[in-house]
Amino acid sequence: MAHRIEIALKDGVRDARGERIAREIAHFLHLPVAAVRTIDVFTVDAALSRAELEQAASGPLCDPVIQTWSIDAPQGHDFDFAVEVGLRPGVTDNIGRTAREAIEYQTGRPFSAGEAVYTAVQYLISGPLTSADIELIATGLLCNTLIQRFTILSAADFGAKGGFPVTLPKVSGETKAEVREIDLNVSDDELMRISKDGVLALTLEEMRIIRDHYRDPQLLAERRTVGLSDRPTDVELECLAQTWSEHCKHKIFASTVQYEDENGTKQEIKSLFKSFIQRTTKDVREKLGDKDFCLSVFKDNAGVIRFNDQQSLVFKVETHNSPSALDPYGGALTGIVGVNRDPFGTGKGARLIFNTDVFCFADPFYAKPLPSRLLHPRRIYEGVVEGVEHGGNKSGIPTVNGSLVFDERFAGKPLVFCGTAGMMPAEIGGEPSFEKSIKPGDLIVMTGGRIGKDGIHGATFSSEELNENSPVSAVQIGDPITQKRMFDFLIRARDKGLYRFITDNGAGGLSSSIGEMAGECNGCRMDLAKAPLKYPGLAPWEILISEAQERMSLAVPPEKLDEFLAMAKRFGCEASVLGEFTDSGTFHILYNDRTVAFLPMSFMHEGLPPMQLPAKWVPPRHEEPVIEVKEDYSDDLASLLGSLNICSKESVVRRYDHEVQGGSIVKPFTGVANDGPSDAAVVRPILDSWEGVVVAHGICPRYSDIDTYHMTANAVDEGLRNYVATGGSLELVAGLDNFCWCDPVQSDKTPDGPYKMAQLVRSNQALYDICLAYSLPLISGKDSMKNDFYDGTTKISIPPTLLFSVIGKIEDVRKAVTMDVKRPGDLVYLLGKSANELGGSEYLALKGATGNRVPVVDAAKAYQRYQAYHRAVMAGTVASCHDLSDGGLAVAAAESAFAGGYGMSLDLSAVLWKGDATEKNDVALLFGESASRHLVTVRPEQRDAFEALMSGNCFAAIGEVIAEPTLTITGLNGTPVVNAGLAELKEAWQKPLREL
Amino acid sequence: MARKTRAIVITGNGTNCEVEAAHACRLGGFDEAIIAHIAELLSGEIRLDDFHFLNLTGGFLDGDDLGSAKAQANRLRYAKVDELEEHLLDQLLRFISAGKPILGVCNGFQLMVKMGLLPGFSGTTLEQVATLTHNDCGRFQDRWVYLKVDPASPSVFTKGINKGIYLPIRHGEGKFVAASAEVLARIERENLAPLKYSDAGYGAPTMEFPLNPNGSENAIAGICDATGRLMGLMPHPEAFVHRTSHPRWTREELPEDGDGLVLFKNAAEYVRQNLV
Repeated sequence: MAHRIEIALKDGVRDARGERIAREIAHFLHLPVAAVRTIDVFTVDAALSRAELEQAASGPLCDPVIQTWSIDAPQGHDFDFAVEVGLRPGVTDNIGRTAREAIEYQTGRPFSAGEAVYTAVQYLISGPLTSADIELIATGLLCNTLIQRFTILSAADFGAKGGFPVTLPKVSGETKAEVREIDLNVSDDELMRISKDGVLALTLEEMRIIRDHYRDPQLLAERRTVGLSDRPTDVELECLAQTWSEHCKHKIFASTVQYEDENGTKQEIKSLFKSFIQRTTKDVREKLGDKDFCLSVFKDNAGVIRFNDQQSLVFKVETHNSPSALDPYGGALTGIVGVNRDPFGTGKGARLIFNTDVFCFADPFYAKPLPSRLLHPRRIYEGVVEGVEHGGNKSGIPTVNGSLVFDERFAGKPLVFCGTAGMMPAEIGGEPSFEKSIKPGDLIVMTGGRIGKDGIHGATFSSEELNENSPVSAVQIGDPITQKRMFDFLIRARDKGLYRFITDNGAGGLSSSIGEMAGECNGCRMDLAKAPLKYPGLAPWEILISEAQERMSLAVPPEKLDEFLAMAKRFGCEASVLGEFTDSGTFHILYNDRTVAFLPMSFMHEGLPPMQLPAKWVPPRHEEPVIEVKEDYSDDLASLLGSLNICSKESVVRRYDHEVQGGSIVKPFTGVANDGPSDAAVVRPILDSWEGVVVAHGICPRYSDIDTYHMTANAVDEGLRNYVATGGSLELVAGLDNFCWCDPVQSDKTPDGPYKMAQLVRSNQALYDICLAYSLPLISGKDSMKNDFYDGTTKISIPPTLLFSVIGKIEDVRKAVTMDVKRPGDLVYLLGKSANELGGSEYLALKGATGNRVPVVDAAKAYQRYQAYHRAVMAGTVASCHDLSDGGLAVAAAESAFAGGYGMSLDLSAVLWKGDATEKNDVALLFGESASRHLVTVRPEQRDAFEALMSGNCFAAIGEVIAEPTLTITGLNGTPVVNAGLAELKEAWQKPLREL
Repeated sequence: MARKTRAIVITGNGTNCEVEAAHACRLGGFDEAIIAHIAELLSGEIRLDDFHFLNLTGGFLDGDDLGSAKAQANRLRYAKVDELEEHLLDQLLRFISAGKPILGVCNGFQLMVKMGLLPGFSGTTLEQVATLTHNDCGRFQDRWVYLKVDPASPSVFTKGINKGIYLPIRHGEGKFVAASAEVLARIERENLAPLKYSDAGYGAPTMEFPLNPNGSENAIAGICDATGRLMGLMPHPEAFVHRTSHPRWTREELPEDGDGLVLFKNAAEYVRQNLV
């Protein structure tokens, strides 16, 4: 029988977790809570003696200094309501798994099948609250009912019932090797019903293609030889749905687009991916010639570039938006540990050196009604931040760079970008590390976690808009420790040459990973009954497509198998042989030796013709705002510094370990009080070398409201100028594109599809133009094309968003530059010209406007200037440098000044202007966001050297660093237009998110 | 020629700082610093007896799922070494009784305290008399702290530190709590808290956040046993062995060596003087 072990804090011991919950109840729900105390509950469902239970409770489960334990006796006292929150059946319970292992070590006996430890947390809440209040606290704060269950007891009921009863969230069910056949010889309506009801996300045309496939007489004859009928099995249909999902197949980027621009000029584009993204890399590589540093682009889980003769650099950024919308914690945790597997599964495998993350949310203080099913932006914020914290920190990978972007439309779907870089020896076992292969006869081996019902239909559900029926099963919870154990094992197996090929199990699960691997040698034969399951009751199709986490798929040569499996066992990592790779031309899936899927490889991977999508660009016209002319803009500056997109994110960043692995050189925060915002991160991945990796990013979705061409151009420029500011070299730098779009496919739900598709075309055009000008090859990327919410009445589409990540090298990290001003008397330079470009700026947003004059990137000039600036950095002439982005010059100057602890005196009349001189005005100079600009300080003794190195480029001396802690900016008419104390400016900047 | 000085760093099950800890050992003067996965210790391939200095370094052992380092404390106590018919704990106790130094950092410190190795009041009966629990602020924190040194401490690691050192902390469970007032008083009386969170001038211990980032009793950041050979601390000395790891290295004149290196230099020196 099962027993409840309760672990409570001793009276008088501070309950930090409870205090935080109490603060959040007061802060977000405005309810009068006096105190919250918490108790950990371990429900042990295993055959243990009383003595063994006591040994567990008093040993690994309890900290005797601060905690007390009890078995089957409630410890809660002095409260008004108790809420117990546990996981729903089948949801990954990491703490329960660790508790089970601890008990197994103690008893020396493994748990038998079906035995488990389940965990829950009990919240003991006191205060003048009603039952309705408690219900709100439970559902609005303590519990995500999608993955968790809760029980509420009043103090009286708690007393009467003797506390909470034993609850066992056990997955019930028996394994029935049931395989259904689906009749596709039905009406179109019926075909669509099959797709919709099954969360297959297949279109009518795709359903018809599948139906027709099962009419080929030769195929049907072959099917009969393996015991299959003329109708597809559920395993086959599900497998095709995963393989052909937007998420896996990128159908929009592969489509044929009929594009019409604002002048009516028409153009047919065959695949945006090939025409723009791949072509960018191809053309840049040709331009680079001998200096080409790309090793593996677009073909593996991540991009690979050269770092030096001995080491290669690997980088990938992914999104995990839809799962994060449903379960922010689990979705984001899975996002980060999921993207970890991409560089790990690239080439022969890379060790992971850092993470990056960018989150796009709606205002966490959002106070308007939301459609049901949407979680409040604050819960998304809290959950995502915590999920990435746990995923990154526990994996021992420093989170070095990122940002938070806010826009109300991200209430419809938050964007959660997670990136991971890795490093691998240039050669492993005498072969290039970025190459791998599979030979027929190699064994299919899966390592890591077990398969459950978690993450079923993740790929297909994220290929649709979020709606009221989005499936619960799509959510997974990551387990960083199981993954860490697996990586510890696999990196050693890599160095011993125990496998030939590795890839990760992500979207689509085995159907995707083994499907792609089988493409290497043209076939496979895999028995799903050999896959280890978390619990019984999974149908074969579920085993094939489950996205249960922490799994890698490998091809192991038969002669290495014994050594591989023995080593896995020693390192505590489960490894299972599921079948073998073949050259049969068929994706052949069995269940206990009976064929359940028999799909020709050619049909799986090439059976889908490109979609035909219309795109028509009609430039939007926004009302041109009249800008109020003022004598003093100090208050506007303070307001901008306190806006969500500009304010300090330190409360989030400090929760991420950015220094583990010991190579941190430029940290997220810098300056005299360690709190100025760095432009980019510099990391030294090899501790006895001075060579460094620089990583930065650009993102500016606001500009999409005017023109996605310029949104993209500015995002690329922002990424590169952040990178350059810190000292990154232009000789070895690459880009990575992550498109997050609202659905651009015209339909009843999306009547403006052609406009959204045109936005996508224009974004791609800019990507090509700017990257070519900057000699930036794209090495990897991802698109997420269905970032909409629709519940039948309300539709929320995110602004088209490109995250542009930049990764490259600094030859000597000791030359890196930070953004804080260094000493009074230093000269202040502004590199680049400013223009009357307030369109889409934070300043106009503050005034409630959008405008039209979006910043235009002059990439040719900027590239030359970036190169000159880099030489100035390498010559040691630069004291500080900060890029100008949101909020323009005034914000950059304020940040550099308060980071360094010294004031700044600037003169706007010295700033170089681009365009009509009559349009020159203080507001545009202060707050305009013209691209490609840097604010640089230089010691007086370096002035001549700096100016000589920069000569021939647009730059101007505009002021100096002063001892007095004020920011003074003189306007065009000679009087100060900003005059503010640094302490006030810093406070305005730090205040908004400090308490979150 | 003297025997080689050998340091070992244990990794596995969620340890994360093994590479920089081994690097710090080498920079500190050890002839060899190897990283051993716990699986290699449990299989008997690698034995603690062959080393002079043990590093239990930072990470999230078993995810800290049962409270920081609890599951590993349990594992070390109960897990058997394959070939040798002994528990890993036996090797560890033999290492200690051979007079060899152990440094626990962050998760390693939590492990030593929860195993009862520190402050070591009960000898080999390993009774836990203190703990490290959730930061008062309720959150994981990555920030730099000033650590005032107690020059009267027996710790072999902090010898020669002038005033104090500046290091990063990166933890969610770093609040030091003693089981009783007597335990705390004895730690103070015997100078077993060599490092305490302090103001920037290393003037006095502080309870003020964020200088004291977790609310530790008596501002205790690290403790040692009476021999001074066993020490643990929440801050990360291995994360600051060169000036470019300092958060303000681009604006301050700093020596080449980072403040954390002295702990490893002292360990190497101790080993050279006493163990080889």
